[in-house]
Amino acid sequence: MLSKRIIPCLDVKNGRTTKGIKFRNNLDVGDPVETVEMGKYYYGEGADEIVFYDITASNEKRGIIIDIVRRVAEQIFIPFSVGGGIRTLTDMRDVLLAGAEKVSINSAAVRNPRIIAEGAEAFGSQCIVLGIDAKRVEESKEIPSGYEIFIDGGRFPMGIDARKWAMEAEGLGAGEICLNSIDMDGTKSGYDVKLTRLISESVNIPIIASGGAGKINHIYEALTEGRADAALVASIVHYSIYSIKEIKEELDKRGVKVRLQW
Amino acid sequence: MSVERAVRKSGFDCTVTMDKDEVLRAEKIIFPGVGAAGRAMENMKRLGLDWAMKEAFVSGTPILGICLGAQIIFERSEENRSRCLGLIEGKVKRFPPGLYSKDGQHLKVPHMGWNRVAFRRSHPIQEGISPGDEFYFVHSYYPVPASHDIILGETNYGITFPSVIEYNNLIAVQFHLEKSGHAGLRIFQNFCQWKCGHA
Repeated sequence: MLSKRIIPCLDVKNGRTTKGIKFRNNLDVGDPVETVEMGKYYYGEGADEIVFYDITASNEKRGIIIDIVRRVAEQIFIPFSVGGGIRTLTDMRDVLLAGAEKVSINSAAVRNPRIIAEGAEAFGSQCIVLGIDAKRVEESKEIPSGYEIFIDGGRFPMGIDARKWAMEAEGLGAGEICLNSIDMDGTKSGYDVKLTRLISESVNIPIIASGGAGKINHIYEALTEGRADAALVASIVHYSIYSIKEIKEELDKRGVKVRLQW
Repeated sequence: MSVERAVRKSGFDCTVTMDKDEVLRAEKIIFPGVGAAGRAMENMKRLGLDWAMKEAFVSGTPILGICLGAQIIFERSEENRSRCLGLIEGKVKRFPPGLYSKDGQHLKVPHMGWNRVAFRRSHPIQEGISPGDEFYFVHSYYPVPASHDIILGETNYGITFPSVIEYNNLIAVQFHLEKSGHAGLRIFQNFCQWKCGHA
């Protein structure tokens, strides 16, 4: 059977890796480390996939991430995706040609949903990951699920219902959804399991649960109760609270199918 | 291009080409592919690669098909209802709707992620691969050869489907070797070292 995937996420700023807490004030994980080295490290540690999230603010530094993708692709032979700052088909093409398996689009897709369809048409749905940042709000006519879409790193509420958006994006050709809970992100107190399950049961494409992992049990909950196909992990592995191997062995013991040999 | 990087990493040289003459001259051929069967066949015909692949196959050049390349070697595909290369008898089918795992979870299509391969017999291509090794899959269609005997490996995703095919000088794998970590690199290495008796 298909294994549930454990996916470390590296926040990359100017070519180095950092980890953000609740989106603001990105704190370094000790010394910022060469991103290529971090990628290699997690490849060796048994990551099933790696996400590189480019938080470099300025446009003129976009070239840095492409160079990193190229170098990462020479070293690691598992799928990896790149997100952050991807706005156009050209941005997607640059990243994919440099060797990434997938691109992740978030704010740009909310502003212009057609980019999903264009990306899927040009490169195939399997390349297009839709990043969603959702926040708990009061249920209303506009937001019946009680989860609202925010963009630009969680700064702006869009008045769009998260469930509705996920279904629309699937229809446009998104191949996968990386679902981040703004409420739980950086808290290490668990994924938003209710949100994860809601979206996972509303679409027929894989869901990557994101935001809040601090204990192995949190990952277990997201993959079972939350029905997620994969779990994004950051602090829990970056700070060496657990290794990927420890996470997988514990999940395996509790009956979750994971890849144990690499 | 990721296939090229992976082959080099496994210690062998290769060239990426769309040139039919170069295909005919090749010592061995790796035939990867992503995208839809219909479009791929159109492109191959335009470049004369359909003919070159048939020639290479008949003349005994070892061929390794990957993903879409493991599908369009058959006679036809349900995808775009395409006629394919027909190197091997059989067809390519889509995963049926309503697949469920043993614990009752609805299985999504495409089949995407890491899964195991149960080899039915030993073959030089699986040297060094153990039953616990997993491979990275991304596909909505899977091959169904006319002869069961040429199925070398099988994978389970709600149903059991052929994931490795072996016929004379042809090996075809449904998963992405270039994205399957050490196990994938090992199979590239095995293929490059393979002394195929059908040459």
